[in-house]
Amino acid sequence: MRLLNMDELTKKAYGLRRDVVEEVYRSAAGHIGGDLSVMDILTVLYFKVMNVSPKNWDSPERDRFFLSKGHCVDALYMVLGEKGFFDKQEAINTFSAYNSRFIGHPNTEVPGIEMNSGSLGHGLALGVGTALAARMDGRNYRTYVVLGDGEMAEGSNYEAMMAAAHYKLDNLCATVDLNRLQISGTTREVMCSDDLGEKFKAFGWHVIHVEDGNDCGQLVAAYEEAAGMKERPSVLIAHTVKGKGVSFMEDNKSWHHGVMTGEQYRTAVRELREVEHE
Amino acid sequence: MNKITNRQVICDTLLEAAQRDRDLVVVCSDSRGSASLSAFAEKYPQQFVEMGIAEQNLVTVSAGLASCGKKVFAASPACFLSTRSYEQAKVDVAYSKTNVTLIGISGGVSYGALGMTHHSCQDIAAFAALPDMRVYLPSDRFQTAKLTEALLQDELPAYVRVSRSATEDVYDEKMTFSLNKANVLMEGEDILMVACGEMVPGAYRAGELLREAGYGVALLDMYCVKPLDEETLLAAAENVKLVVTVEEHSPFGGLGSIVSQVISAHCPRRVINLALPDGHMIGGTNREIFAHYGLDGPGIARTVQSAMSREG
Repeated sequence: MRLLNMDELTKKAYGLRRDVVEEVYRSAAGHIGGDLSVMDILTVLYFKVMNVSPKNWDSPERDRFFLSKGHCVDALYMVLGEKGFFDKQEAINTFSAYNSRFIGHPNTEVPGIEMNSGSLGHGLALGVGTALAARMDGRNYRTYVVLGDGEMAEGSNYEAMMAAAHYKLDNLCATVDLNRLQISGTTREVMCSDDLGEKFKAFGWHVIHVEDGNDCGQLVAAYEEAAGMKERPSVLIAHTVKGKGVSFMEDNKSWHHGVMTGEQYRTAVRELREVEHE
Repeated sequence: MNKITNRQVICDTLLEAAQRDRDLVVVCSDSRGSASLSAFAEKYPQQFVEMGIAEQNLVTVSAGLASCGKKVFAASPACFLSTRSYEQAKVDVAYSKTNVTLIGISGGVSYGALGMTHHSCQDIAAFAALPDMRVYLPSDRFQTAKLTEALLQDELPAYVRVSRSATEDVYDEKMTFSLNKANVLMEGEDILMVACGEMVPGAYRAGELLREAGYGVALLDMYCVKPLDEETLLAAAENVKLVVTVEEHSPFGGLGSIVSQVISAHCPRRVINLALPDGHMIGGTNREIFAHYGLDGPGIARTVQSAMSREG
């Protein structure tokens, strides 16, 4: 498959934002703020960086991905649907509905999802496991884990960080979607996770700061740097904006899992479409 | 008296299997010594992962390994494995149905004198309540070997609890074993005793004492606490007056609770549950603690005889 250029990636991310806004509006469920902050990261990973698709899903050589901030699965469903793992419209129509497989956290009944998850603080350790397995089996696949910054208060992350550095897992790459907000307020107010890069560095990780974590070009460059790193796991500290792309949601904690009115939905779609067609 | 521990037998069985299976992986949390797995770590360093004192990481990393086709045996003291990493067991092992066998070493009151922090008298209840998690408490070394061999053959989540000290032999090499089938150790028409793990030898001794006192006694080794072997249980319970469960566990949510559920639903009769107390426990060796709370042969026999005398 031809890889997309930066402009195309950005357009795709904005198209997927429109999809997730529709999914969340229809279901009156989901976590729209985080969906919008992480969408560029997911788009870049699935359409530029990772070697995973419906074609190689059964191959042990596929890259592994864990969305540790599993409540943003709404966004992941749109990316996986776009990637061809299933009919995206089915996810939009049935997200969180009675008896739907598209529930509010990642589960393996949905093609393209590696493990059941959703409880915070598990993804990085799962990634340590798959990265260790790659080494044992002499395989070249890489493991990518996306974490939230609020999630970094979970102690299990630090057990996984320690082990990843101990085992020099250079085939493991984490990304922190640093949008500085969580359900009760700013991370500074709730549980300060400032200097996350310093924390990872102290544990022995290679730290890459992505100044604008909603900029596809910066993300691609950072993932390239991570892929070249030897003997150390890498982490992207991606400075993002929660609610990115929808003016009234941006940097506003009430949109962690807010529900849109019809008018808000139409405004959101219009704003996203404007960027998409720039 | 047997001196070979069940944990040693698990290591021997895994060593044997690792000769043929490169996907077999053992994971420890600074517990290779106490799990008797040092020999495995030395012989198969490529199939051994040390996680340090980090039980949550132990369990989730094991699940990650299993998701890539590894057959993982993760060993850590039962007290920590069943509480500190409970959520990891629920989500990453049971919910995701990964090929991980959790080995809870030094279970129950094995670490008697170390106090309540190191006891695991809630592990049966905790793990049995997890959907898709199986719970096994093998009694002696022969059953432990057979169980480990059987678990190496399947790909489903399981929790196995073993003791720290060597358990008296109940079987020999020629024992019959079938996964999820209880072993009938005694048959009788008055009393049915159902025991698991370390309690089986004591229950056997109690059965002998009760027989000497003139009672017809049946005894089941219900090493498969979940899925419980209901068929064997109900067949054995059919004609008895009293069902007695014996377990190294809290009185709630363990073997006694599960057996009582099945008996009350299918052949209602009196069930008494012999277990450790719901509260502070004395310190001492595990055998001293068993005797103190009436969970050794004579203690079990006394309680059962007194219950039977009330049956008339």
